[in-house]
Amino acid sequence: MVMSNKYEVVIGLEVHVQLLTESKLFCGCSAEYGAEPNAHTCPVCLGLPGTLPVLNKEALRYALLAARAADCKINKFCKFDRKNYFYPDLPKGYQISQYDLPLGYDGRITIESETGTKDIGLTRIHLEEDAGKLVHQGTVGDSDHSYVDYNRGGVPLIEIVSEPDIRSPQEARAYLKALKQLILYLGISDCNMEEGSLRCDANVSLRPVGEEKFGTKTEVKNMNSFRAVERALAYEVERQREVLNSQGEVVQETRTWDEGKQKTLSMRGKEEAEDYRYFPEPDLMPLQISQDYIDEIDASLPELPLEKKERLQQEYDLPAYDAGVLTQDKEVAKLFEEAVGQDQDPKEVSNWLMGEYLRLIKEENIDPGTSELTGEKLASLLELIDSGTISSNIAKEVFAETFNSGKDPEEIVEERGLKQISDEDELGEIIAEIVADNPGAVEDIRNGKDKAIGFLVGQVMKKTKGKANPQLANQLIREEIAEE
Amino acid sequence: MNIYEMTLAQLIAAREEKELKPEEILAAFAERTAAVEDKVASFVDIIPDFASKEDQENGILQGIPVALKANMATRELTTSCASKMLAEYKTPYESTVASKIKKEGGAIVAKTNMDEFAMGSTTEHSALQTTKNPWNLNHVPGGSSGGAAAAVAAGEVPCALGSDTGGSIRQPASFCGVVGLKPTYGVVSRYGLVAFASSLDQIGPIARTVEDAALMLNIISGHDEKDSTSAAMEYPDYRQGLDKDLAGLTFGLPGSYLEMDIDEEVKSKVQKAVREIKEAGAEVKEIELPPVDLALAAYYIIATAEASSNLARYDGVRYGAREEAGNVMEMFAKTRSKNLGPEVKRRIMLGTYALSAGYQDELYKKALKVRTIIKDKYAQVFEEVDLILGPNSPTPAFKLGEDKNPLDVYYADIFTVPVNISGFPALSLPAGFTEQGLPLSVQLIGPAFGEVKLLQAARGLEKRLAVPTLATLDQGR
Repeated sequence: MVMSNKYEVVIGLEVHVQLLTESKLFCGCSAEYGAEPNAHTCPVCLGLPGTLPVLNKEALRYALLAARAADCKINKFCKFDRKNYFYPDLPKGYQISQYDLPLGYDGRITIESETGTKDIGLTRIHLEEDAGKLVHQGTVGDSDHSYVDYNRGGVPLIEIVSEPDIRSPQEARAYLKALKQLILYLGISDCNMEEGSLRCDANVSLRPVGEEKFGTKTEVKNMNSFRAVERALAYEVERQREVLNSQGEVVQETRTWDEGKQKTLSMRGKEEAEDYRYFPEPDLMPLQISQDYIDEIDASLPELPLEKKERLQQEYDLPAYDAGVLTQDKEVAKLFEEAVGQDQDPKEVSNWLMGEYLRLIKEENIDPGTSELTGEKLASLLELIDSGTISSNIAKEVFAETFNSGKDPEEIVEERGLKQISDEDELGEIIAEIVADNPGAVEDIRNGKDKAIGFLVGQVMKKTKGKANPQLANQLIREEIAEE
Repeated sequence: MNIYEMTLAQLIAAREEKELKPEEILAAFAERTAAVEDKVASFVDIIPDFASKEDQENGILQGIPVALKANMATRELTTSCASKMLAEYKTPYESTVASKIKKEGGAIVAKTNMDEFAMGSTTEHSALQTTKNPWNLNHVPGGSSGGAAAAVAAGEVPCALGSDTGGSIRQPASFCGVVGLKPTYGVVSRYGLVAFASSLDQIGPIARTVEDAALMLNIISGHDEKDSTSAAMEYPDYRQGLDKDLAGLTFGLPGSYLEMDIDEEVKSKVQKAVREIKEAGAEVKEIELPPVDLALAAYYIIATAEASSNLARYDGVRYGAREEAGNVMEMFAKTRSKNLGPEVKRRIMLGTYALSAGYQDELYKKALKVRTIIKDKYAQVFEEVDLILGPNSPTPAFKLGEDKNPLDVYYADIFTVPVNISGFPALSLPAGFTEQGLPLSVQLIGPAFGEVKLLQAARGLEKRLAVPTLATLDQGR
């Protein structure tokens, strides 16, 4: 009997996303990443005695955008609560968060899985402040002192808690991908897992297929990339499966993903779990969110990934695959629509973006939209191909240069003399030389080996550095040989 | 008359009439302070030689020395909260009240002693020094704003600011025979007030007359964007009703309070006030208020719960005291064990318990419900009366060093805490003295944001009671 199929995997994710507001959640300090330690601090975010928090309304707006984009209902009366615990990176001894009345609840994220699309429910989205960061001398274990950097302390975060609707590590990754895509579309975070602007914890359990009751879960922390999430969950699922298969019991605990060992390790048990003693934050008034404001938020939502994908498919008659790739990032979709808007063939534009553009983006390791290419420039490049001014091989060169320097394709072609040689006299001379230099190939052609023409065309292209019009070269070679 | 004997209003008038120069006023209070501070010990930090303080702005308080309770942030003087934890601590920023006083030209010359982190009713819980009652140096000044009340009663400053979480302005004002006002929650910005219980704390003036309290309230009140709980509204001139007297006002008297087991002399002063009010042509109506023990229980749960969280920041990491230890958790524990006093620890533990999983519903959440009931009940009473008259402290000032059960001390707050629970304004008005010469008071309570009427009534009654408010600094009889 195959034991490994008798359990169903149940995963829920808790994702923290740093909001890209200019200032922190409760004070005027800059929320920018990467400054000198403690440069972005003030009496309020350092929790000095007597200071008070004041809500950053832009952060609230960002959080509402996320909540509405994920189809959440909004608690029109909501409030902040204090989560109490001691840690050196927590200046007040409590974190201002939201407990029983989160900003948004009951939402969903649509993911693409192997079996088509699937909705993952969202339990809640709430707004809270980030803690500072500890910098250890050596490792946490053997360090005899640590430094605290409070630049991050007080930066706004949203916590997005999914329902236990995720059924595999692959789905977990797809969920994160969809969530990140949605948030990038909203422009409220850069979702950079390495820099910590997106963090993910997971609750994992197994239950016999057909069982409704959840099994005992473990919480997995410290996963620093999408790949790490997928691997850590795969590991944890297998670990739990082995425990259950050997008639053991899964222990409710928090486990940490060890990237080096590629294992989850026990961090603390249930009985060591902290009591955070949540209570309403008395320094902030409860929030009253009006229907008018929610309507305003809804009206300001951009076109979201799935909508955009469907529209591109229909409006431009694109294959689903193309529409999916192009809408992966809103900047790529924007380039696409800009170029198509210049009267270009949608499929042709799509091919260039999916091919050369994304290849260069990956090669240069930059974010889409940050290259110098614009839709207009892509369109003028396609014009040059269409009109036979340049060959598609040369076009790739030109594309790369426009991508890097932002220079107009026509200018590049002009400057570097990349115009296709379509002049019969000019090309005729070159061909005469090539034919003279390659008697063997000529002989082959005469003997009916047409393949040898390809070789000669190749020689012409080499000689002209790719500028010869290949069709014309082919024709002229045949004529030249026939004349001899 | 000596300059230090003058009230704030008199000093301002004399300066405006050019009878007194700002520096003369400052010099007179500096001299008085030098003469009596050794006996009273009101101040935990003081600007040395403040008579020569020259950096004041032009304003209504120019030349006026003001003392702030040691839990209000100022750059120049320590904000110690009378705790070992913050003994030498100066904030790099200024509280809103301090900025407002400076803007009006006032000279913040000293920080006053208090019960550590404002937790106590005698100022004996100060980790720094023992303040004495200027009317009888063997007695306590009350607390927690004991230093502020004592300094005003002793003539060291014409006015001071205290903070009131459960009676911490009114009770020491009562013990020291001066006027103490706790404004409506939200009228005075809490920015820069080191928090004890955020939803209850309110800053207010301690002065020798009702007019002086109104004057100070005009200066320190107002909406503050730095305090989200500060009231956004039009702020009135709090002196506008002072000449109106009592006629036409309706006072509510909670008769049951006077049947309780409280000091007979305290009761008699309330009764005397009732007679004066009636004689002045105002009405006194019997009213019923929610049981005081209910409010007291709710208060001690809410206040300690908030305190347990508010005081978590004193962990030795960023400022204040730090004890060395092998790891960070030990450092936290050692720092807090050694540098927080017993009363503070008691309340942190009570509050931590009240918020703990499994107890929170029975304690903290129930207390919040009680709070709502009390608030509603008070609001109902104010539909029928303009003000409530009643006792303030159930006793005159305790003797210094009396061995007291903490619960008995908490019980001394029964008449003051309901007002913090409900957020309403209340004032302690000097009403005379005990046979031993210790000050006694009555408490007037107004509806939310009803300070104008509250001050009007207090002024009317003050005139009729005509009680001296400057202590003689005798050893008592």
